[in-house]
Amino acid sequence: MDLYTLTAHEIRDMIKEKKISSKEATQSALDRIAQVEDKVESFVTVLGDEAIAQAEKIDAKIASGEEVGALAGVPMALKDNMCTKDVLTTCSSKMLYNFKPPYNATVTEKLAGADTVLLGKVNMDEFAMGSSTENSYYKKTKNPYDITKVPGGSSGGSAASVAADEAFFTLGSDTGGSIRQPAALCGCVGLKPTYGSVSRYGLIAFASSLDQIGPMTKDVKDCAMVLDQIAGYDAKDSTSVNIQHPNFEAALTGDIRGLKIGVPQEYFGQGISEEVTAAVNAALSNMKAEGAEFSDMSLPLNEYALPAYYMISSAEASSNLARFDGVKYGYRAEKFNDLIDLYCQTRSEGFGAEVKRRIMIGTYALSSGYYDAYYKKAQQVRTMIMNDFGKAFETYDVLVTPASPTTAFGIGEKTSDPLEMYMADICTVSVNIGGLPAIVIPCGYDKNGLPIGIQIIGKPFDEATVLNAAYALEKTITKVKPNL
Amino acid sequence: MKITREEVLHVAKLARLNLTEEETTRLMEDMGSIIGFADKLNELDTEGVVPTAHAIPMQNAFRKDEIAESFPREEILKNAPDSDGEGFLIPKVVE
Repeated sequence: MDLYTLTAHEIRDMIKEKKISSKEATQSALDRIAQVEDKVESFVTVLGDEAIAQAEKIDAKIASGEEVGALAGVPMALKDNMCTKDVLTTCSSKMLYNFKPPYNATVTEKLAGADTVLLGKVNMDEFAMGSSTENSYYKKTKNPYDITKVPGGSSGGSAASVAADEAFFTLGSDTGGSIRQPAALCGCVGLKPTYGSVSRYGLIAFASSLDQIGPMTKDVKDCAMVLDQIAGYDAKDSTSVNIQHPNFEAALTGDIRGLKIGVPQEYFGQGISEEVTAAVNAALSNMKAEGAEFSDMSLPLNEYALPAYYMISSAEASSNLARFDGVKYGYRAEKFNDLIDLYCQTRSEGFGAEVKRRIMIGTYALSSGYYDAYYKKAQQVRTMIMNDFGKAFETYDVLVTPASPTTAFGIGEKTSDPLEMYMADICTVSVNIGGLPAIVIPCGYDKNGLPIGIQIIGKPFDEATVLNAAYALEKTITKVKPNL
Repeated sequence: MKITREEVLHVAKLARLNLTEEETTRLMEDMGSIIGFADKLNELDTEGVVPTAHAIPMQNAFRKDEIAESFPREEILKNAPDSDGEGFLIPKVVE
């Protein structure tokens, strides 16, 4: 048996029980990376020797009987927008081609504290803007189930590396679906926690009121286990919420008797493929067989979520990305006339087409004369969408929807029309607007063997119910690994 | 929704971007279709609706105004494209 095929919790337990060493688990993952990386291209940076050295250090701690962290020795990877001290953090952009942060993101620090092993940094759409990872400056990550297809995005490297067994788990970030849509397309588990649950300190910001970091894993138990390590209040993030989180892994009972599921009909219409609809309906029947109750309901404002999202996220992005000016870190243009031209040339050469497009849209929406019509309007619609969710959760414990309108699409298929690409997020953006927790897990495969994802949305800070519902459903699904 | 060349160039100036001719033409089209898509929001009556900036109710997050340790200067300057060891260097702005 190859260790790399195992889940993160299995590896954790085997290291704890001294059946294997962290070095063996790490070497297995590195061997797997060497074996499949030329096909999948998940990683921007692989830390070979460093990862082995870290694993040896943890093994020595275990051997000496020293107290170790909860995930001692488990190898993992981080999306390349999470700061790692002295390790390249590029956001998959030319703008940060040489950026080695002087500090760790809080999630990096927490996972180091849990004694995990960092295998490297994984690919993404530049600055997390995109739904296919085709906007990376460095490489196009492939879907492990079919390497002519995209892995989804923006956390495409996080999803593909987990699906390809290159990492036991990864972290992704989700602004409009960037954890959940690639999880759906790559057949892994991805959770976007409630806004404020996981610290954003050291996450290079895209849209600050929407961004959340979350786990991308091989199964639901792994997801709960990782969330246990990264959730929690952080004084360094002023939007971090100070509440007591339960132990998510311990809360997994698999008992969903009496769970009230709402099924918003707006998610099952035009543009959603028949195979996706059929798989989600079959999953709902499975959950009913496990004792849950479901009924059709309506979220009438859902169709306004996507336009509101693109106004809000682009406005925030245009403001956040103003910091990239060629002065403090990262790329600087070689030729310029004066200071203003230094900024302009650096930004024009350092940013890719999609990032420029979002900065332009956002700047437009915030500019004099358009602020009320677009930005403020979108924020008002945000309030209305949140009220819709609030009302729904008076009746239902969770809402269940497809995670992506289709299974993985072809590389290059949607790159010519930005709006068509934006539609890939149609099932996921409203959750970020509402700040809600939502998980995506595989619930079947289409006729070509591509994974189909299902989304379970919960009440704010009720990740435990969302995870448990997913855990119960997962037991009824037969998973198929990609054939690489 | 039609976005003119002048509008694109004005917004690019605000955003500190130098656009090529090709990019300008492409952005007229793309911004037109994306802003046009956002015009869908006008179907909703938002009169009197309070805008939401954050999904969770938040007050200003203050901390105590205390002196804490900061990064060593050389750590911060390590990533600078140009530095004299004491600060970030930029082109001369005052003649």
